[in-house]
Amino acid sequence: MALDRWIALVILCICLAYGYAAWFTMDQGLAPFMQRNPIWPSTFPKVLSILGIIAAGIIVLGLEKSVVKEADIDYRRLGEYHLWQAILLLVLMVLYALSLRPLGFISSNIAFLVLGAFILGERKWHIMLLAAVIATAVVWYLVQQVLGIYLRPFPGFIGG
Amino acid sequence: MLEGLLIGLQTALSFQMLAMVIGGCLIGTFIGMLPGLGPMSIIAIMIPVAISMGDPAAALILLAGVYYGAIFGGSTSSILLNAPGVAGTVATSFDGFPMAKQGKAGKALTIAAVASFCGGTIGAILLMIFAPALSSVALLFHSAEYFALMVVGLSAIAAFAGTGQVAKALLMTVLGLMMATVGEGALFNMPRFTMGIMDLQSGFGFITLAMAMFALPEALFLVLKPRSANAANSGEIKDMRITRAEARAIAPVIGRQSIQGFFIGVLPGAGATIASFLGYAVERNIAPKHEQEEFGKGSIKGLAAPETANNAACTGSFVPLLTLGIPGSGTTAILLGALIALNVTPGPRLMIDEPQIFWAVIMSMFIGNLVLLVLNLPLIPYIAKILAIPRNYLIPFILFFTLMGAYIGQNNATELLFLVGFGVCATALRFADYPLAPLLIGFILGGMLEDNFSRSMQLYDGISFIWERPMTLGLLVIAALLIVLPTYRAQRARMRAKGVADGD
Repeated sequence: MALDRWIALVILCICLAYGYAAWFTMDQGLAPFMQRNPIWPSTFPKVLSILGIIAAGIIVLGLEKSVVKEADIDYRRLGEYHLWQAILLLVLMVLYALSLRPLGFISSNIAFLVLGAFILGERKWHIMLLAAVIATAVVWYLVQQVLGIYLRPFPGFIGG
Repeated sequence: MLEGLLIGLQTALSFQMLAMVIGGCLIGTFIGMLPGLGPMSIIAIMIPVAISMGDPAAALILLAGVYYGAIFGGSTSSILLNAPGVAGTVATSFDGFPMAKQGKAGKALTIAAVASFCGGTIGAILLMIFAPALSSVALLFHSAEYFALMVVGLSAIAAFAGTGQVAKALLMTVLGLMMATVGEGALFNMPRFTMGIMDLQSGFGFITLAMAMFALPEALFLVLKPRSANAANSGEIKDMRITRAEARAIAPVIGRQSIQGFFIGVLPGAGATIASFLGYAVERNIAPKHEQEEFGKGSIKGLAAPETANNAACTGSFVPLLTLGIPGSGTTAILLGALIALNVTPGPRLMIDEPQIFWAVIMSMFIGNLVLLVLNLPLIPYIAKILAIPRNYLIPFILFFTLMGAYIGQNNATELLFLVGFGVCATALRFADYPLAPLLIGFILGGMLEDNFSRSMQLYDGISFIWERPMTLGLLVIAALLIVLPTYRAQRARMRAKGVADGD
């Protein structure tokens, strides 16, 4: 089975779970006065779940033959690409998201930009650091001063 | 009308107003280029500045300038980075980015600038002519028709986004609609599908999803498979000129899409996004067979169509705002807020009570479009330098901007985890050749679609509005045909191909 049909199977499961929630669980907590309404919060999701199940089913069953196109990247040869770099960058993004609050914007951001370039194979530390510091400072100034969104700049123990 | 024009010219041509237009366009272009900051957020940022000026005409002119600039800037990042920060320029990246990959970034940006200019200018002329008349047409549309209109838009997108794989595109649209139901709806005071997660109470962020669907997979693809060819021609913007043959090819496209885009923009809720997608789809369908295959691979027609349509629609969206006082889109809603803060109530009486504001805005549209063309065309080589940044630096910065865009929108670090999660899903979907644009459009229109559907259900106490309102029924039939016809045609083509093979 090709990847697109596997994905359709996953989406089919999502649609089934979504449909189950819409058809069987959502109406229980409905207030009596709302039950007289022609439209319930679950009406639209019910319609969607049916449409989704039909569309996903068509793909899973292979009813619609699609033309196999030469994609930009062939997932069957994923191992030949820089897979580890991509995975490391994704891990780095997750770490950034988790550290943004506790470490502060400026620290975590400089670390993100420098480590990101490092993962991609850059070794000129002075340029990396300079670019990261300038970009971080500009963005922090814009967000903090112009937009007025508070971002803690440094880790809490330094007094940020 | 001539008198009004003169009043408008008098107001708009003063030094202060010209400075406002130029400043607004420049600010809009630069911020609009950053993926994730769309016209809505930029205008929201500029509102304090505009209100502190105190002059409603100047404020509206500044904000309108920012609006055009942001749309133009958004198409620049769509073309160069395939990272549309604005939903309205998603369709631009379909053909703009392939052109940039082929080393024709300069030509793509020139076509975008010229198409935007023509769309905006023709739109402004139409606005002058139709503003009074169109308000009465827009009034005929009830929520039932809006619902049907959005269904038509969605099925058109599903039918055209993936040729030969309507089921995939349809599935993506439905998935987008499902994602839009997460969180609290406007009509029901009840959280849905949040799975008890507090951060889902307000639903997924549009910017987060847009970033995850487009910018992140693109960055990951860049990491996975470095394009060696890219380094050779990056930053080198040559051949900006459009040849005579190309100009002749895109001229009718621009003409058609200016008019179509404008009228779609007039309908509240439709706006630049639908206009650009529909424009792309229509041009693709009416193009000759050999040109149809070019679409998606760097067709100049495919680039000119959405660019013209979204600018014309931006202009069109001013019609309901200025004549009815009803904002047709998020951006014009923010403009409406700014105008009310300045003690101006847009509506049918605006043209009579304060003609200088009405006409000055229209005049500033012409000036703004001219400024965009004159300022941005010479700047294109410099703007495109963004491609010359080495990959090792560019990729962390793209990732950083996607993260920042998602974070600023919601001010919530959990949003960043959603971004990464959806980004991985979107990359997998792209591997399997699923079209991602329908998902995003479904998500954007989902809320409005459900609201209008619910409203008509309540008005008619059931789904009888579908057959009691002929216009609704007509639109829904068109929607059904749009889905069924391509499938049927593909089926028949396959049968015929089989027949030929068998009969040999």
